[in-house]
Amino acid sequence: MRPSRVPAIVTWAVILFFYLPIAVLVVNSFNASRFGGTWEGFSFKWYVKLFQDESIWMALSNTLIVAAGATVCSMVLGTCGAFALHRYAGSKLQKWHYGVIYMPLVLPEILMGLSLLLFFVAVRVQLGLWTIFVAHVTFCLSYVAMTVLARLQDFDYSIVEAAQDLGAGWRVTVLKVLLPMLAPGILAGGLLAFTLSIDDFVISFFVAGPGATTLPIKIYSMIKYGKPPMINALSALLLLVTFLCVLVSQWISHRKGKTGA
Amino acid sequence: MKATARRQWAEWLVTLPSFVWLTALFVVPTLLVFAITFRAPTPDGGFGKEWTLTTFWSLGNPNYPAIIWRTIWVSTVATLGCILLATPMGYYLAKADERRRRWVLLLVILPFWTSFLVRIFAWKVLLHPDGFLKHALEWMHLVKPDTTLLYNVWAVLLVMVYTELPFAILPIYAAAEKFDFRLVEAAKDLGCGSFRAFCSVFVPGIRVGLLTAFLMVFIPSLGSYVVPDIVGGPTSEMLGNKIAQRAGPDRNLPHAAGLSAILAVTMLAPLAGYMALRKQGTPGSDLMEKGA
Repeated sequence: MRPSRVPAIVTWAVILFFYLPIAVLVVNSFNASRFGGTWEGFSFKWYVKLFQDESIWMALSNTLIVAAGATVCSMVLGTCGAFALHRYAGSKLQKWHYGVIYMPLVLPEILMGLSLLLFFVAVRVQLGLWTIFVAHVTFCLSYVAMTVLARLQDFDYSIVEAAQDLGAGWRVTVLKVLLPMLAPGILAGGLLAFTLSIDDFVISFFVAGPGATTLPIKIYSMIKYGKPPMINALSALLLLVTFLCVLVSQWISHRKGKTGA
Repeated sequence: MKATARRQWAEWLVTLPSFVWLTALFVVPTLLVFAITFRAPTPDGGFGKEWTLTTFWSLGNPNYPAIIWRTIWVSTVATLGCILLATPMGYYLAKADERRRRWVLLLVILPFWTSFLVRIFAWKVLLHPDGFLKHALEWMHLVKPDTTLLYNVWAVLLVMVYTELPFAILPIYAAAEKFDFRLVEAAKDLGCGSFRAFCSVFVPGIRVGLLTAFLMVFIPSLGSYVVPDIVGGPTSEMLGNKIAQRAGPDRNLPHAAGLSAILAVTMLAPLAGYMALRKQGTPGSDLMEKGA
C-alpha cells in the first residue's frame, strides 16, 4: 500500500504557518507606508528612526546587563544544584531539592511574576533593575540545573575517584576534572538561560520598577501604544540576529560532529 | 561512621545554594500568593497587616465565572489544536531520513528562539484590518470587508496555537522516534487502512509523548496573558489579563493574589492527573516494549 501523504502535507503546512507572519513582518519593515496595509515603496526610514531612538538603546543595554548577570549567577547555582541532585540521588533532601528545581518549569510565568512582586513588596525592596535580575536568576536556575543534570546522566564517577586516588585534593578535582568534563552542559545551560532572560517579558513586567525598562518591556509598550513601523524594523533586526546565531551554532555543531566521527 | 557524617556535610554544602535561593524566591513567594488573598489592600498599593475575608468574598464577582470558564475552554481547544497538528508532524519526522529530519527540526525550533513578543506582534500585523491576510481573504471573497479578524477569541486561539505548537511537536517527536514502526506495517499487512493504523497503533504507542505535550501546552495556556492582551479584546479576556490588570493599573495586590490562587488551583487538577497517569502508564509501556 502507498504510504499516506497526509503527515508530509501537515508538516509543510505548519512550517508555512510558522514563517508566513515572520515573512510579512520583515517585508513590511521596508514599506514606506505608515500603516503597512499597502505597499508604498521600498524604504529604510524606519530603520533610521529606530537607530535614532535612544530609549531603545537604553533598554537594550539594560537587557544585556540583566541577562549577563543572571546567566552567570544561574550557571553557578544551577551547576551546583545539578551536581548535588546527581551525586546524592535518592536521599530525602534531594527529593525536596528536585521538587523546588522542577516546579518553576511547570508553573505559568504569570504566577511566578505575581508571586515575586508580592514577595518584593512584602520585604519592602525598591523595584528596579535589581529585582528583574533576581527574578531572572530564579527561573534560569532551573533550566541550567536540568540541562547540566541531563549531561550528568552519562558521567562516569570512577574518573573523579581515580583523580582522588592519584592524590588530587577536592579543589584540583573540581577545577581540573569535574568542570572541564561538564563544560559543554554548563555552557548549553548558560546559553539557554541567556536567551530566556533576554526574551522574558511577563516576569520582568511584574517586577520592573519605574525606569527599569528592558527591551521586551519597551517592545510591549511600542506594540500597545503606537509606533508600529518602528517595531517592524526592530523585529526584523532581532530575527536576523537570532537566525544568524542559530545557524552558526548549527554549523559549528555539525562540523564538530563531522570531525569527531 | 565518620565517612557518612562527612558525606552528609558535603551533600548539604552543595545542595544549599540552589535550595536556599529557590526556597526564598520561589517557595515562599508562591505561598505568599495564598496568604495575601486574606489581607486587605492599602491605599499605597501594598497590603495591610490584619487578616480579612473581604478580598476572598470580592472574588465572588459575577464576571469571574465567565472568565474562568473561558480560560479553561480556550486553553483546552488550543492544546487540542496543537496536538492535532503535532501528531502527524511527529510521525513524519520520525519516518523522514536523517537530513530532512534535521532541517525540519531546525525550522520548528527556530521560531522558538525568536522573541515571543515579536511573533505575537507579527500576527497583529497580519490580521490587522489593513493587513496582508485581510486583503487576501477579501480578494478570495472569504470574508466581508467589515469583518474584523483581530480582537476576538478566534485570533487568541490562532496565536496561542502558533506560539505553543513547538512545545507539542518536540515531546511528540521524541516519543515517535522511539516508536517501533514495524507495528504499523504489521497492522497494514493484516488489512488495516493507513488512517486506522495511525489512530489505533501509532497514537496509543506514543501516548506518553502526547501526555507530556498536553501538559506542556495546557498549563502555560491557562496562565497566558500576552496573547489575549495583544490580539484579543474585551470579549476574549482570560484569567491572566485580570491578574495583570489588578496587579498593574488597579493596584489591588490582594485581589490579584486571589485570582492567581484560583489559577494555581485550576492548574493543579491536570498536573495531578498527569502525575497519576505517568505512574500508571510506565509499567504498561514497559510491557509493550517487552512484547515487541
